[in-house]
Amino acid sequence: MTPAYVVRRIGFYVLICAITLFFAIPMLWIASAPFDSSPGLGVRWPDWTLDNVRKTLSHPYALHSMVNSLIICVTTAAAVTAFAALASYALSRVRLPGRDALLYGLLLLSSVVTGTAAMVPIFVMMFQLGLIDSRFGVALVMTGGLLPAAIFILKDFVDAVPKSYEESARVFGASTGQILRDVVLPVARPGLATIMVWAFVNSWGNFLVPFLLIRSIELQPGAVLLQTFTDEGGSANLTVIPVFSLLFSIPVVVLYLLVNSRYGFRFHGGIKS
Amino acid sequence: MAGIDIEGLATVYPNGVRAVDGLDLHVADGEFFALLGPSGCGKTTLLRTIAGLENASEGTVRIDVADVTRMEPGKRGVAMVFQDYALFPHMTVSENITYPLKVRRVAAATRTATAGRTSSELSLQGLLERRPGQLSGGQQQRVALARAIASEGKVLLLDEPLSNLDARLRLEARTFLKKLQRDLGITTVFVTHDQAEALALADRIAVMQNGRLRQLGSPREVFARPANTFVANFIGSTPMNLLDGAVAAVSDGGSVSVANGSLPAATGSVPAGAEVTVGVRPEYLTLSDGDVNGPSLRGEVVVAENLGTSSLVSVDCGGTLIGVTVPEESEPAPGTSVVLTAPEQRVLLYDRESGELLAKQPAAVG
Repeated sequence: MTPAYVVRRIGFYVLICAITLFFAIPMLWIASAPFDSSPGLGVRWPDWTLDNVRKTLSHPYALHSMVNSLIICVTTAAAVTAFAALASYALSRVRLPGRDALLYGLLLLSSVVTGTAAMVPIFVMMFQLGLIDSRFGVALVMTGGLLPAAIFILKDFVDAVPKSYEESARVFGASTGQILRDVVLPVARPGLATIMVWAFVNSWGNFLVPFLLIRSIELQPGAVLLQTFTDEGGSANLTVIPVFSLLFSIPVVVLYLLVNSRYGFRFHGGIKS
Repeated sequence: MAGIDIEGLATVYPNGVRAVDGLDLHVADGEFFALLGPSGCGKTTLLRTIAGLENASEGTVRIDVADVTRMEPGKRGVAMVFQDYALFPHMTVSENITYPLKVRRVAAATRTATAGRTSSELSLQGLLERRPGQLSGGQQQRVALARAIASEGKVLLLDEPLSNLDARLRLEARTFLKKLQRDLGITTVFVTHDQAEALALADRIAVMQNGRLRQLGSPREVFARPANTFVANFIGSTPMNLLDGAVAAVSDGGSVSVANGSLPAATGSVPAGAEVTVGVRPEYLTLSDGDVNGPSLRGEVVVAENLGTSSLVSVDCGGTLIGVTVPEESEPAPGTSVVLTAPEQRVLLYDRESGELLAKQPAAVG
């Protein structure tokens, strides 16, 4: 235990504490501010009250926006999981020339396509399709953006299902449908669950797409509504924002806990051929 | 129960590789049949073609007289155990065993009864509610066998059935498998690259190389009288001695000159002076230190390798190393001068070019 060693250890723990605080303070704020009689932007022991909760629940759009968020995200997560499952199974089992190039190409393009750069063409396209101001339209755009990465991740899960499982079932006379339902789907279920949560969380926090494609405030999801919580003077409405933030974070946490307890999260690299 | 008839079968992969190349084979009803060969010889492809998992490019496969060449695997009446057992990890042992019945929409009560019966046949009682991940390798293998048996196929196909077990368990499973096959009397074809496994289990062995059949016969025939130098090299835990030799004049009483001496041989119609490859197994050579009547080889012991109850002794006969096995108690010290000889019918002559057994010799196999 040389002095240099002790100094190094102290420095290390101080650094760890600083990083922990950096992430812990917003969490503490979201836990305390909703129940404070005069919430501010700092963290302090709250002066307990449920007034803010009552005010938020009576806000004309707050609960509505959560329903909108749920509609958009459930649709997106379901569509991403279904399409990615079909595509990744096909890509995993059928030998296609240039398959890996296709996957990498899709992955690369998807980060451009749903990025800010593509917002104008996407807006024009959705306008021509008549899908402006539609929750379905928003879900469609987000599904398109998330699919390539979802296929990429899910293909790894499907690759890990040994071919002999399917062949074995085939020899026993199972039809393709039976093989998929009885063998492939159950074995790939943890992967599907991972993709579903990932797609849900990604669309839940997405601000840009619904902000651009939805005009009417009664159709806006929570992520967009949050920025409208201002008082007459234009400064942040601190009675509604903390409670709404807390409500907004609940579905994601619940979903994570649910899936984690059933399957445990197993994120694979995605690069394997 | 049923036999398998294969005629002119070829399986060609899309990249042009002829994995199985013009093969004729008949497996009799109730036979325990081994497909043996080095890796890449096409034995697994042949098994998969019988199962229908690979498409035959030419020829026909018949199971129980019916032509199944173009039939779906599930309709052929075959049951297969894969090398990795392919047990479904999300199903219990009982669900795994009865999956073939579930596919055919057999009533749940019947399925439970089958699970009970087959599991007791394979001593899996008490494991029915476990999942495959909670079983040992040997138990997993028995579950895979139970599932194959429960499917009531006419033919049982096993792909490398013992290769996923540890060495000690393998012997136990080998005995178990042989007994099970005898009890069930089901036509069984299995693939192996382990010659000892094939010799121990099979009623008949087909030795394959490059998609073709090199020899077909009982384990004794294949061991004692390999049809060519490839089979001679492949079969036997100690490799056969393959030596360059020449047939001696008939007046000398049927012998071949090898290395610095000669060995007795039934030369039959092979002309005197013909250049041949002489094959003799280390197990069939006798080692002595005194004089021997008749043709023999003289040499000096180089090394002795302990094989347990016997030793493999390498003898230098005028620059050629010849292996001979001796009982453990009579292992000679290195440097000893010794004489080697062999019974006439154990010395085999092969064509130097083609490597085929010169078959005109009288077949004297015990």
